[in-house]
Amino acid sequence: MSDTLTFTIDGKECTARPGQNIVDAAKENGVYIPILCHFEGLTPAGTCRICTVKVNGKCMAACTTEVAEGMAVENETPEINDMRKVILEMLLVEGNHFCPACEKSGDCELQAMAYRYKIMAPRFKFTFKPRKLDASNSKLILERNRCIFCKRCIRGVLTEDGKHVFAFTKRGSEIDINIDKELAAKITDEMAQEAMDMCPVGSIIRKEQGFAKPIGARKYDSKPIGSDVESKAVNK
Amino acid sequence: MSKPIVATTSLAGCFGCHMSILDIDERILDLIELVEFNKSPIDDIKTFTKQCDIGLIEGGCCNSENVHVLRDFRKNCNILIAVGECALMGGLPAMRNGIPVKECLEEAYLNSPTVDDKIIPNDSELPMILDRVYPCQDIVKIDYYLPGCPPRADLIWNALVALIKGEEMVLPYEVVKFD
Repeated sequence: MSDTLTFTIDGKECTARPGQNIVDAAKENGVYIPILCHFEGLTPAGTCRICTVKVNGKCMAACTTEVAEGMAVENETPEINDMRKVILEMLLVEGNHFCPACEKSGDCELQAMAYRYKIMAPRFKFTFKPRKLDASNSKLILERNRCIFCKRCIRGVLTEDGKHVFAFTKRGSEIDINIDKELAAKITDEMAQEAMDMCPVGSIIRKEQGFAKPIGARKYDSKPIGSDVESKAVNK
Repeated sequence: MSKPIVATTSLAGCFGCHMSILDIDERILDLIELVEFNKSPIDDIKTFTKQCDIGLIEGGCCNSENVHVLRDFRKNCNILIAVGECALMGGLPAMRNGIPVKECLEEAYLNSPTVDDKIIPNDSELPMILDRVYPCQDIVKIDYYLPGCPPRADLIWNALVALIKGEEMVLPYEVVKFD
């Protein structure tokens, strides 16, 4: 079997390794596919669907779909961009995000994606569903108002002996993110920072660390999300 | 051709968006050349004296007066622009949306440590507090949205000039922000 696969994204010829998913392969070829639930080092879960692309004409989650030889991927088309916009708008109205009051504002991936897709205001009504904040942990604040249920923290924040610190409770519209109080009590500063960095929104916040960076110096203040990936394509 | 007529108002907001309008700095002299202001805190005209072309709305609706003013703007302005986070999504006032109104009023007027006369205001002259804070598009049709808290002065300037001149709006990445 060849160790290099060839495929196309919006007509651009790309290469990938066998077993590589579309998102990661695209990234290596300088093509940005937006991701919220996917995170480097974690097994893809396909929970948020923002990475939806068309593979040979069929909608697929790019993070959970492996590249196959000769695959034709559609990524930046008006139809897919609008689909992504709809997903972002639904995430914006379902949570209580209140960007101006959020410690993660400027570093938030959901917000940055809304900028990238030029969302001035969501087309749906805000739900304003009451959600509770949990500040009982000594190092972290779990701000449920901003959670988008991407499952990154559940998959990625584990104790040394492999126990999950975060977990979902309930299902469907009643789903909630929770923190294991006993395990969280033993959380180190490094783990707390790792959890905050892993959260794509401002749902996991380190205590006494908020608003650490001034406006203008934050991650997405001057460059759109994905521009680092795309700049590699220019230099290739 | 006569100048386009602009009206502005602040509902449940902090007037920060109006401050951002003033932050266009010396371009305000150009703006005066471009438009005529009608009902607005900028010129202190209290009531509409003519039909307006553009209405800028800052703030969401937290009480019955806000709803009245907003509907009045919709009637008197051909184009309505929601300006800022509060107008678009309720903003910081909407942080009370998860708390019952009774609890909010009791906290503000009965239980707050700085309150002397423990009375919940109940005068018929006072506007009724709504069950929650509503973004403007929940009450009337909004034509355009300018996000930000406040929207950058350049965003307001670019949008207004584009609208007045019938040009496409230029939106540099740095000027469209939600905070």
